[in-house]
Amino acid sequence: MIVTKKLNVGIVVFPGSNCDQDCFYVFDEILKQNVKYIWHKESILGKVDLIVLPGGFSYGDYLRCGAIARFSPVMRSVVEFAESGGYVLGICNGFQILCEAGLLPGALLKNKSLTFICDTVNLRVENNKTFFTSEYNQSEIIRIPIAHGEGRYFADEKTINELEANSQVVLRYCSPDGRVDDDFNPNGSLNNIAGIINERGNVFGLMPHPERASDTILRNVDGRKIFESIIKNFIFR
Amino acid sequence: MYLAKINVVLKKSILDPQGQTILHALENLNYNTVKEVRIGKYIEVKIDVEDQSTAENIVNEISKKLLSNPVMENYYFSLEKL
Repeated sequence: MIVTKKLNVGIVVFPGSNCDQDCFYVFDEILKQNVKYIWHKESILGKVDLIVLPGGFSYGDYLRCGAIARFSPVMRSVVEFAESGGYVLGICNGFQILCEAGLLPGALLKNKSLTFICDTVNLRVENNKTFFTSEYNQSEIIRIPIAHGEGRYFADEKTINELEANSQVVLRYCSPDGRVDDDFNPNGSLNNIAGIINERGNVFGLMPHPERASDTILRNVDGRKIFESIIKNFIFR
Repeated sequence: MYLAKINVVLKKSILDPQGQTILHALENLNYNTVKEVRIGKYIEVKIDVEDQSTAENIVNEISKKLLSNPVMENYYFSLEKL
């Protein structure tokens, strides 16, 4: 079967974004989709099926991570896009921005260790029935790099209970054999949360960097299925 | 013109590892009476309005909207007429 339909991806670039080119490369070179950059001053997204808020240090992380980016012209359009059902993926700083913008609940605080952590961690896929993770098996253990100083997921008890009850926790930090406990919680996140999805299922944020585990030359392609899930679900929905 | 002195602090329920690290350092310096340290941000804002209640409204608005994140932080402030 020849599939000619392609996903139109818009990657938002803020001053200080630094994973935008990696995301572009994955969608363009590896997955052969249509990709464009959208500068933070733009307020028109154009024809896009997916918005990616990439990792980095938007506006130098001044005040709080994502706090300033959230009020940039492009974010007003991204919020409208998400509220009308458009798909949004926020990676690392992108996850922080989604929380600041209120598109996802909670906030990301300074790591418990107070150090910037650059490592590859084990994650358990807690929900593979999402638009972003359907190519994984339920409870599959994957290895994806993290690189952040502020990744400690926090929300009040009520919000955490709701996230858990609705299976909105999509990824959790775990041991190599899938055990979830404090020993395998790199940053002190509540319930070892590494990634969550909104109730509607169209906005996904995660601290790990799947774009850094998508090219075979890097010997780890565990992150690629996130992008493949999006493409397959878009094309065959 | 008013000068607003705004303090943004982590909510009591939230672990503050920076504060704890400083507390440990103070304990090592034998300040045994120091029992708690919490870190926050201090922000000064000048607001060009005539009356105090307008200034207060603006400070509340910007503090909720941008200067603090209500999910994890509280704020308090004082106003000084310039």
